Amino acid sequence: MSAPAEPVRGSAPIEPPGEWDAALLVARFALRESLRRKVFLVIALLTLAFLTLYGLATWQAFDAEGDLDSTTSTAGVDAGVVVGATLAGLAMFAILFLGTILAVFLTLGAVRGDAERGLLQPLLVRPMRRRTLLLGRWLGAVAVCVPYVVAVTLASFVLTDALGGWWPDRTLAPLAGLGLGVAIIAALALAGSVVLASTANGIAVFMLFGAGLTAGLLGQIAEAIGSDTLGDVAKVTTWALPFEALYQAGLAELTADTVGFTKLAISLGPFGGAQDAGPGLWLYSLAYLGAVGALAARAFARRDL
Amino acid sequence: MAPALSVTGLHKAYGAVQALRGVDVEVGAGELVGLLGPNGAGKSTLVKITCGLVRPSAGEVRVCGAPAGSAEAHRSLGYLAELFRFPDWATATELLELHQRLVGSRGGAGERGELLELVGLDHVPTRAVGAMSKGMQQRLGIAQALVGAPRLLLLDEPTSALDPAGRRTVRTLLERLRERGVGVLLNSHLLSEVELVCDRVAIIDGGEVVAAGTPAALSHAGGVEVETAAGTRLIADAARDDVPRIVRELVAAGDDVYGVRVLTSTLEDAYLAAVGRDEQGNAT
Repeated sequence: MSAPAEPVRGSAPIEPPGEWDAALLVARFALRESLRRKVFLVIALLTLAFLTLYGLATWQAFDAEGDLDSTTSTAGVDAGVVVGATLAGLAMFAILFLGTILAVFLTLGAVRGDAERGLLQPLLVRPMRRRTLLLGRWLGAVAVCVPYVVAVTLASFVLTDALGGWWPDRTLAPLAGLGLGVAIIAALALAGSVVLASTANGIAVFMLFGAGLTAGLLGQIAEAIGSDTLGDVAKVTTWALPFEALYQAGLAELTADTVGFTKLAISLGPFGGAQDAGPGLWLYSLAYLGAVGALAARAFARRDL
Repeated sequence: MAPALSVTGLHKAYGAVQALRGVDVEVGAGELVGLLGPNGAGKSTLVKITCGLVRPSAGEVRVCGAPAGSAEAHRSLGYLAELFRFPDWATATELLELHQRLVGSRGGAGERGELLELVGLDHVPTRAVGAMSKGMQQRLGIAQALVGAPRLLLLDEPTSALDPAGRRTVRTLLERLRERGVGVLLNSHLLSEVELVCDRVAIIDGGEVVAAGTPAALSHAGGVEVETAAGTRLIADAARDDVPRIVRELVAAGDDVYGVRVLTSTLEDAYLAAVGRDEQGNAT
């Protein structure tokens, strides 16, 4: 360290960024971190492995479908649609899980974890509201997770079409459902990071994810045994964790225009059955996202660091 | 003009634990104030409240006239935490650029280069934090705290990882900041450092300011020790100027004087007395 020959700089004009600009700054820094830590490279390689396996499964399934077709067609069931939709539904489940892992690991230590490591304090003494930092971290995570689930889901649709000649009845709604679903999971993980240590937060969010899956499973059981009570429990849980409802709505859109025995023969998703949902779900999910963000901001504003 | 920092009647309780009990501290523009105290005395809590990282239970903290924690206050301060970390993947330049943008500084590359030169990191602007030594990271921390030309600088143990040359440069830097009217609150366990650079010192213990004043005022005279045939005597209220008179009086009284020692208390003595510890660190 050399002795300063000139006076310390003291004339740089100060004009702090607006809240949105500051949030984008934080988001860009988080994205740069993902890039520098080779997160994207790891994701790309593992996703390539996933899509390869999915392609292999699709190829084999449609190969077997040729044998089934003569039998099922006489019963009025289009085996190609059943196979294609089932595979796409399974892919959506797997992609939601992968997106959840991404969302959780990008946000689980954003507040308490970073504060305990001493990373957060230098940022928070800058003229930026705490909620702005939360917004920036959420945007940074969403900028990775949402394009990821959208791109991989689209890739699985393309593979299904290329190898089996099946394309979903609706494309946009399943993609949007998964995208909004992981955005909600990222918000939940970020909110959890305000009050929980990193490990506890990660466990909590994955348990919430598991609770959503269980709700879907309960719904299927309720439908099979005709239990209204179980059905109500499944419905309330699914709405309390709307990423599950969005996933189920996305599944339903895969075969939105399919009718007849083919529709009856399709059972999508390993845990959650497809459930139609109107525009209310989307509005509710956006309101839910806002409420989670507001609660997280309030808790963060009151927290001593 | 509002002082750089004004702390009035500050209280902070963490549950049943009272971390601060009515602390009053003021740092004027261009004034260097040292904050001393044992571990757990409440120094870091005071600094964190000033930074807006911790909410006070009662009392008022103002940074350049603005309430602590407000955007206006944050605009005026620079902070180096004792236990800080920067993202290990970021380079020195990237880190300073982020802070420049967050604070709204238009200094650009010129300011970054100047700050890195100031702390002796101008030869490694593109080195990642993770590849820097602890001392280098501390220098980068100081540069980061100076981004945007703050009017109040809060430094928590800024030289703990620096070598003697680095410490001297920080002292020089602090003196230059004082010349430019920057108020500095320096939290340090290095009493000699505080004694060398600070205009005033506040000693905190048990969440209260137990002593405050200039280092010279706190390091008052400690008396005169005289060795005679009858043994060693301490004349507690005497100073150096009293030595000729004391010796004359003793000789006149028939005592043989074998030695005289003027005792002066250091800031360390004053500190230990203020916080109720002896030289071994035991409570007195």
